[in-house]
Amino acid sequence: MLALLVAQNIAFYVIAALIVFGAIRVVTCKNLMHAALWLVVVLAGVAAQYILLAAEFVAVTQVLVYLGAIIVLFLFGIMLTRAKTGTDEDLDNGTIPKVGAGVIGVAMLGLLGYSLWDGFGDQEIGDLLVQRTAEVSDSIFSTYLLPFEVISVLLLAALIGAIVLARRD
Amino acid sequence: MTPLLAAFAPPYWLSTVIKVLVIGAVVPTTALILGVVFLFKIMSWMQSRLGPQEAGPRGTLQLLADGVKFLQKEDISPNGADLWVFKAAPLVVLASTLLLYVALPSSLHLVVEDLDVGVFYVLAVSSLSVIGVLMAGWASNNKYSLMGALRAAGQLIAYELPMVLAVVGVVIQAGTMSLNGIVLSQNDGAVFGITAIGNPFILTQFIGFFIFIAAVQAELTQPPFDMPVAESEIVSGYQVEYTGFRFLIFFLAEFATAFVFAGIAVVLFLGGWAVPWLPVDSDWYYVLGPAVLFGKVMAVAFLIFWVRFTYPRLREDQLQSFAWKFLIPLALLNIVVTAVLKVVL
Repeated sequence: MLALLVAQNIAFYVIAALIVFGAIRVVTCKNLMHAALWLVVVLAGVAAQYILLAAEFVAVTQVLVYLGAIIVLFLFGIMLTRAKTGTDEDLDNGTIPKVGAGVIGVAMLGLLGYSLWDGFGDQEIGDLLVQRTAEVSDSIFSTYLLPFEVISVLLLAALIGAIVLARRD
Repeated sequence: MTPLLAAFAPPYWLSTVIKVLVIGAVVPTTALILGVVFLFKIMSWMQSRLGPQEAGPRGTLQLLADGVKFLQKEDISPNGADLWVFKAAPLVVLASTLLLYVALPSSLHLVVEDLDVGVFYVLAVSSLSVIGVLMAGWASNNKYSLMGALRAAGQLIAYELPMVLAVVGVVIQAGTMSLNGIVLSQNDGAVFGITAIGNPFILTQFIGFFIFIAAVQAELTQPPFDMPVAESEIVSGYQVEYTGFRFLIFFLAEFATAFVFAGIAVVLFLGGWAVPWLPVDSDWYYVLGPAVLFGKVMAVAFLIFWVRFTYPRLREDQLQSFAWKFLIPLALLNIVVTAVLKVVL
């Protein structure tokens, strides 16, 4: 078990470093298409972390929704509007937005880090068992039924809103 | 021989190496078989031609010769292309194909990884190839490539949905997403009390089967859904600028994906590797399982390629309305009916 945990930790840090590097490239890239492709690396890395945490279902959902649909729509949109190769100098923001984004980023990091520390402290997580899909669906449709339905209605409202905004006639 | 195989339990690293080698060998082999049998031979016979005759007995080694020819060619990339993205694009498409083979079971134990999320995983990784196609189209710096990639993305997004919805019917009926679980539940079933052929889901989910095969055809960008590579309009779409082994990778990935999708269709609708009158944990399945699966896959692949060789190309608006206005409503209806019957019966 210990050897497995060590391997898991090493994999975690390697993937985490890749995610951080990819995330920095997403915002510093001078080419919109490259930025979108670095985002692929970030999201795929997140899916890999889910697998390390033995959350198969969440990992596959991450791949299906983010990589298979959202990124494809990003790339589709970029290619329809500004599909040139090479760098694009007017992509960069001024100093004030950059500083603002930095402050917000650090604040988010502190907030999430604090909530993790507050929630778990130095408590050790036991053996990770693969989470069966049936368990996920059972908990969604019993314990978390109300939040699930609320989110469904919210998404439906967003969908209808998008259609209303997009239709001109 | 079979008891030996059954007793073979290698350590983790060795089994991982074996699995990687097996996938590395199976993917080009299956692509080659489909290419030779269907693209070269059956297509020729359907068009009253002989097909390739020179390489090997009756021209059966023609594709191997072509593959070697592709490998010898110079690796050319167009002027102004985005080199990194251009070169990585075929590999992304191939990676999606390799990941698909991971989940395909050829017996209870002869499967690379028997995933609990099974068919959901298959649908997720199959959608990754679109990223590779878009990368190829954009990085080639060619307007035909760009048009082809845009058409491909629009088509693949549209046909992803009916495919997922067609599978939902099967998942409801089987009560599991695991591919081996779906095979077992068909194997244990009975049609009006007759257990001789189990209960292949094509009998109850024939609408799902039709939608799934149509969506597979579109995902493979084969005629009549070959707008993205329409050679008479946009040369050959996102593949225009590719030569040599990078084109070979696209070709391999297309035919290997055709094989594995036919395999998934067999597992979902035709009972997979199982033979109902033989117990599922019999040692015979180490040999019989892959053989049964292969036979059924060739039958489904024949269906796919038969349509490919005989139908003309759809127009872009026909293609989109076929997915959104016909296949998706039909699939939703199928889900409702299946769910109601599942609860009532």
